Amino acid sequence: MEANALHDLTAAYALDALDVDDAREYEAHLSHCDRCRDELASLSEAAGALAYATEAPMPPPELRARILQQARRERPNVVPLRPRWAVPVAAAAAVAACAAIALGIWAVSLSSKLDRRDAALAREQRVAAILAQPGSRTIHFARGTLVVGKAGDAALVVQHLERAPTGRTYEAWISAGGPPRRAGLFNGGQNSAVPLKGSVQSGASVLVTVEKAGGVDAPTQKPILSVQS
Amino acid sequence: MSEYRPMARTFAHLSDEAIVALVARSDEEALAELYDRFGRVAYGLALRVLRDDKLAEDAVQEGFLTAWRNADRFMPERAKASTWILTLVHRRAVDLVRREDRRRAEPLAEGVEPAPTASVEDDAWLRFERERVQAALRQLPDQQREALELAYYGGFSQSELAERLGQPVGTIKSRMFTGLARLRELLAEPGNGETAWKPTPSTT
Repeated sequence: MEANALHDLTAAYALDALDVDDAREYEAHLSHCDRCRDELASLSEAAGALAYATEAPMPPPELRARILQQARRERPNVVPLRPRWAVPVAAAAAVAACAAIALGIWAVSLSSKLDRRDAALAREQRVAAILAQPGSRTIHFARGTLVVGKAGDAALVVQHLERAPTGRTYEAWISAGGPPRRAGLFNGGQNSAVPLKGSVQSGASVLVTVEKAGGVDAPTQKPILSVQS
Repeated sequence: MSEYRPMARTFAHLSDEAIVALVARSDEEALAELYDRFGRVAYGLALRVLRDDKLAEDAVQEGFLTAWRNADRFMPERAKASTWILTLVHRRAVDLVRREDRRRAEPLAEGVEPAPTASVEDDAWLRFERERVQAALRQLPDQQREALELAYYGGFSQSELAERLGQPVGTIKSRMFTGLARLRELLAEPGNGETAWKPTPSTT
């Protein structure tokens, strides 16, 4: 089929209205036609909207159980994020993105980057960059994850922390025997990605206290969380 | 400040796309979440195409399992996760309807009541979406709407449609293209905007 004729099949393909042979030919064409890929993405969204124009009765509850059961049976042999001391696989942006998502950051920025304040996004990207390093470690704790790069560069990801009250801030500390060192301020909220100042060597602890706005030189409160690297 | 306790795992703050990224890592809970978000719409769609409870369930099951197997191929910069999962289910439903040759394209009989377990937010949001898309469809010229409905809900291929409607394939193609492109515009118009109302994600 001529290329032009193939372009014309985009709407029919989006509606799943091509005969099998045409569909196969169109898919082959798609792999090297940017124009069609863009057009298809946008027409598919319109086609997908048609799904919502129908009545939506509740499916039988057994269906959900059946799908999950079958999925478990087919579970591919991949390494999921282990609960503790998970070692991310080799450096790859995709892995970093995936891990970042698994940590609960990038959730919003994936679909609407514009909604995020640049500073927040930059922080998340720094965390992702640490995750992407070969040999970086992630240590999970109840409310989040500590990510430590090979050189000791580290970031804290904390979820569902109430926002710090007015006039107060959360302050992170790195403690390795001596007095805790200041490691960064953050406000809390649903997801906080906090790149830490200073390096976290193996065995060091990361603490978080609530302090007056602007931070203090030494912790004045009992830590609300503490995680050992 | 109150005591911090570990929380049950919740996906409420994750976007649909992030959920699919977790499914790609074989996270079963994420698959369950994906189903909870789109299973109902997917089932309604499959039922509309297939007219049969059991076949509709098969289409939904196959669609979600395809998602489970191939989530690593999902590209968030190319498609919304909702479009992706609904496409997988739709494609499966169309395969089945063509095999069974049981398609019709009239709307389902009225009076399908949602089960009482559906949340109020879900119901309200689905009703809102349904009215929005139906209103956009009504604004299309009859022949374009007919082509879209017979193709998408009826599962007819373009050559079958040409035969059924007694028109050249080129005409059918162009009705589908013009209709779908117009629908896209209508849905993007303010007033039809999808950001007009969004459900609060459930936090169970």
